[in-house]
Amino acid sequence: MDTFSLDVAHMLAGTMVLVSFMLLYQDRMFALLNVFAMHAVVLSASVAWQAHIQNAPHLYVPAAIALVLKGIIIPVALHRVVIKLGIHRGIETVVGVGPTLLFGVGLTALSMVVMLKAAETADPLAREDLAFALSILLLGLLMMVTRRNAVSQIIGFMSIENGLILAATAARGMPLVVEISVAFSVLVAFIVIGVFLFRIRERFDSVDLQALDEFRGERR
Amino acid sequence: MVLILNLITQGAQMMLVLILAPLLLGYTRKLKARLLRRQGPPVLQPYRDLLRLIRKEAVLAENASWLFRSGPYLIFAATWVAAALVPTFAVQLQFSWTADLIALTALIGSARFFLALVGMDVGTSFGGIGSSREMMFASLAEPAMIMIVFTLALLAGSTQLSVIAEFMQTHASLRVSLGLALIALVIVALAENARIPIDNPATHLELTMVHEAMVLEYSARHLAVLEFASALKLLLYLSLIACIFMPWGLAPAGSGLEAYAIGLISYLGKLAVGGFLLALFETSIAKMRVFRVPDFLGIALMLGLLGMLLRFVSRSF
Amino acid sequence: MSAVTLQMACVAGLLGLAILAIVLSGSKFSTAIIYSASLVVSAIALIGSLQWLLANHAIDAGLTLPIGLPWLGAHFRLDALAAFFLVVVNLGGGAASLYGLGYGHHEPTPGRVLPFFPAFLAGMNLVVLADDAFSYLLCWEFMSLVSWALVMAHHREAGNAKAGYVYLVMASFGTLALLLAFGLLAGPAGDYGFVAIRAAQHTSYVAALVLILMLLGAGSKAGLVPLHVWLPLAHPAAPSHVSALMSGVMTKVAIYGFIRVVFDLLGPPTWQGSVVVLFLGSITAVMGILHAMMEKDLKRLLAYSTIENVGIIFVSLGLALAFKANAMPAAAALAMTAALFHVLNHSIFKSLLFFGSGAILTATGERDMEHLGGLIRGMPLTAFTFLAGCMAISALPPLNGFVSEWLIFQAILLSPDLSQLGLKFLVPAVGAMLALSAALAAACFVKAFGVSFLGRPRTTVAAGAQEVDRWSLAAMFILAGLCLLIGIIPAPIIDMLAPVVNALVAERMPVQFANPWLSIVPIAESRSSYNGLLVFLFITISTLAAIEIIHRFASRAVRRAPAWDCGFPDPSPATQYTAGGFAQPIRRVFGPLFDAREDVAMPAPGDTTAARLTIRLRDLTWDVLYAPLAGAIWLAAEHLSHLQFLTIRKYLSLVFALLVILLFVLMLVMLVWS
Repeated sequence: MDTFSLDVAHMLAGTMVLVSFMLLYQDRMFALLNVFAMHAVVLSASVAWQAHIQNAPHLYVPAAIALVLKGIIIPVALHRVVIKLGIHRGIETVVGVGPTLLFGVGLTALSMVVMLKAAETADPLAREDLAFALSILLLGLLMMVTRRNAVSQIIGFMSIENGLILAATAARGMPLVVEISVAFSVLVAFIVIGVFLFRIRERFDSVDLQALDEFRGERR
Repeated sequence: MVLILNLITQGAQMMLVLILAPLLLGYTRKLKARLLRRQGPPVLQPYRDLLRLIRKEAVLAENASWLFRSGPYLIFAATWVAAALVPTFAVQLQFSWTADLIALTALIGSARFFLALVGMDVGTSFGGIGSSREMMFASLAEPAMIMIVFTLALLAGSTQLSVIAEFMQTHASLRVSLGLALIALVIVALAENARIPIDNPATHLELTMVHEAMVLEYSARHLAVLEFASALKLLLYLSLIACIFMPWGLAPAGSGLEAYAIGLISYLGKLAVGGFLLALFETSIAKMRVFRVPDFLGIALMLGLLGMLLRFVSRSF
Repeated sequence: MSAVTLQMACVAGLLGLAILAIVLSGSKFSTAIIYSASLVVSAIALIGSLQWLLANHAIDAGLTLPIGLPWLGAHFRLDALAAFFLVVVNLGGGAASLYGLGYGHHEPTPGRVLPFFPAFLAGMNLVVLADDAFSYLLCWEFMSLVSWALVMAHHREAGNAKAGYVYLVMASFGTLALLLAFGLLAGPAGDYGFVAIRAAQHTSYVAALVLILMLLGAGSKAGLVPLHVWLPLAHPAAPSHVSALMSGVMTKVAIYGFIRVVFDLLGPPTWQGSVVVLFLGSITAVMGILHAMMEKDLKRLLAYSTIENVGIIFVSLGLALAFKANAMPAAAALAMTAALFHVLNHSIFKSLLFFGSGAILTATGERDMEHLGGLIRGMPLTAFTFLAGCMAISALPPLNGFVSEWLIFQAILLSPDLSQLGLKFLVPAVGAMLALSAALAAACFVKAFGVSFLGRPRTTVAAGAQEVDRWSLAAMFILAGLCLLIGIIPAPIIDMLAPVVNALVAERMPVQFANPWLSIVPIAESRSSYNGLLVFLFITISTLAAIEIIHRFASRAVRRAPAWDCGFPDPSPATQYTAGGFAQPIRRVFGPLFDAREDVAMPAPGDTTAARLTIRLRDLTWDVLYAPLAGAIWLAAEHLSHLQFLTIRKYLSLVFALLVILLFVLMLVMLVWS
């Protein structure tokens, strides 16, 4: 593995960590969705690069899924849903931004210590990418824990998933990466649908489509 | 003979930064205006402004002290010495070893110390606003700068700017810690030069006053010296980013006139690109509330700390 | 006479002066006589120890006095480390004596200060010279008691009595920790001489325990968090030149004790010990300067700033320990030199700043910065030297504070070669906290100088301030000149420190005096170098060139006019920024660290009473650590006080019960071990 490939792989993984920090910093809904789209784009670039240097063409599929589903479809859909349902567009945090970011740096350091010690005998590229992936996971969890808004918690969950995909591709030879990727995407879609079903029920006290149709005036 | 030539080259760099600073300012203002579909002032306007100011009669407040009168010269001198130490067209100049990056950061800190003091000298609340906010920004921007310096020094094995520039020329590679250091340095440069989104250099409203509030009481030649100093500071930071992250074209030590000419042309090109990017960034983003700036600068500090941490942990980052 | 005899003679002279002060109390000339005599004696001691250090002698033979315990005597010895700290102590003592010649005349009760001042100097000298645990502890206690007497000199002022009480409790606690430490070091053989302790082998448990005890004992006197709570109370309470001695010199004597035990007597260090020292040092630095930033009392601000600088010194000592434990002697030499350099620098500029605050107190009677302002008009010379002190403590080139900060940063840059992962993660965080404290120090001293000296006078006493007498000014100018000189030519100081550092870490920094243009090169020319002289020359030449060109080509006309007021003339100087107002942005950013609360009480609309802004800050260590501890002790004392009111029958039954229990334990021991 020549140093250029190594450097580019590290650069892309490091950019993902940086974008995770940017996710923590945002306090407005639309900006958050845009940054999440960037997160997914960087993930797909990283997975595509791994496919290139590992000579594993089946990894191009998760890259495409990440780009299309999480980079374009989900942010656009969430954007429209936020507008339609009139969801409050500011994101309240439990602690201030400063302590959250500081804690995030601590989590990154922690994941680096753990991963570098635990995987000492592994290939250096895999080990360092796993360290980055673990920190992305922890930062996503931090985001879920410190936000009061449901949409931002979904975004946090999806960024955890991005970290898992990065880990799966970095540890080369993990079987069924493509299948896992598709399965995760379906899971995320179900969660998103679930949250909005909950909101619909909250608002209209029912998810019965017949009742909703009556309410909308489609059936008289 | 060689010593005389080296001294002349060092002197040429010192005069070069002095001549180019107002030009860079005028160029940036013209670009900003053009991006907003205005004509904008001529590119040479800052020179005319300086000449106009020094010909005026200075109006001093009744209780302005000797510190108020001598402050601008000290601020200018500290900024000029710092700017003259950053390699522009050549490295390893005669006196480049007298101060390294840490000393450079501290020299800029000296200039800021005196600027904050003269802001408080007259005893109105405007000066107090500027000084207190400036020191709050500095309490986060200066540690971020030190973290960036550490990241670069751990990479290049030295804190001397010439050695770092030479290292980046020969060992250029994509590194995570370098990327983080670049982003952090851009944020710190924006904060230190009082550009949008931290402060608006074009207005004198309390909402947007940090730098402008500290120099509010100044007029005539003192104001000219202070304006010159802030233009020098902008040139310093752009030269710093150029020499560390875009070191192509820098003439090595003791090379001939041709290499210096190439270095000069590439330096002018880098300044043009930097000025354009600055103008583009300033017109596409809005100014932040004052108490959002610590979060913004906190990001620079975190990124610098993260970059330094990565260098400590592994050599391949 | 040998060097140590000369030093002991100076000490005897100082003790004699203390007795003379008691004899002369009430005389008109007592102030002048005592201070000038102590100036002379301190100067002699300074020259003697400086000459000994520069001549690079080997260890002195030592002196044994037949006082103290009959089989032990009292040992005193001069070696490189002691000589350096004697330089620091006597430089501070001499400057304080010179300052006292002028300041002492404003003392309302000289009889409470004059006898204790030379005794304090004598005590500090003796601690540094002591060569066995017994004389060390005796002189340490003597120093603490005499400084307590000085703190209580103005005991009728509000808060001073409490300050003295807290100081006494913390000093006793510190001495207890030191007693335990020396007891562990002396071991079961019980040989208290430092020579024997140095030669003995200590197990790792004993070494770790001794390190912790020294951190508690010497750290509490120096001002390490969380043992710092007495410092901001006691240091401002004393007269100003004594505050300068306590902050600038006594804390350094505590650091001397730490260095002596941990680097000299204890043997090879462990890296875990360095983690503790680094952690405590960095927290001390940041918390110290944050509290200083929030203060509006000038002397308390300076006391908290002392805590910050002690934290910086301990960070550098921690680095030296880490390098020494990892067998990197060159890096350890750099870190140790940086620490000792900062010791010297801090004693100089902290004394200068306290002298300045004493001058302000003399001229206006105020310590609260929010009653000052505009002093630069009436006291220009004091303002100039105070500015030099503020610049030095903010680590601005070309003054001396920057050189020691620069050396510490260079030492941090050598840390990636440390092998322990824990240190690899701690040192970047420590570096960030150090940089943060340096930036906050600059902000704090802009506030201190700006609010006190600049602007408009906020009270009539500030408007009427006059320059102080020439002795005080002389002392301040000498110290300011030293700040500049050491900043411009740091190479001789580094070379002077070389034998000290060599004795402690078995390596020294490269010889600096031969470098071109007197620059300093800590490791290698290609790696880093700094030339204070050239930077100073460049700044001076640029300033003069700018002034010359401007005055040649520009209009020289000047007109005085009222300050710009946006159309709303404000005759009241109360509208300018206060110390609290200046610190407000930083209080907002860092507020959670001391539970800062702001309350605004607005009157109802139509009501013309003033609104009230209340800012509440608290030192969390006091509430989290000391208040519960004090509460627990009080509770225990309450319950135990029942023992005072028992009948005779109950006292007899107590004795009986104890006797039975001891016999029972004896029986168990004999059964189990038979």
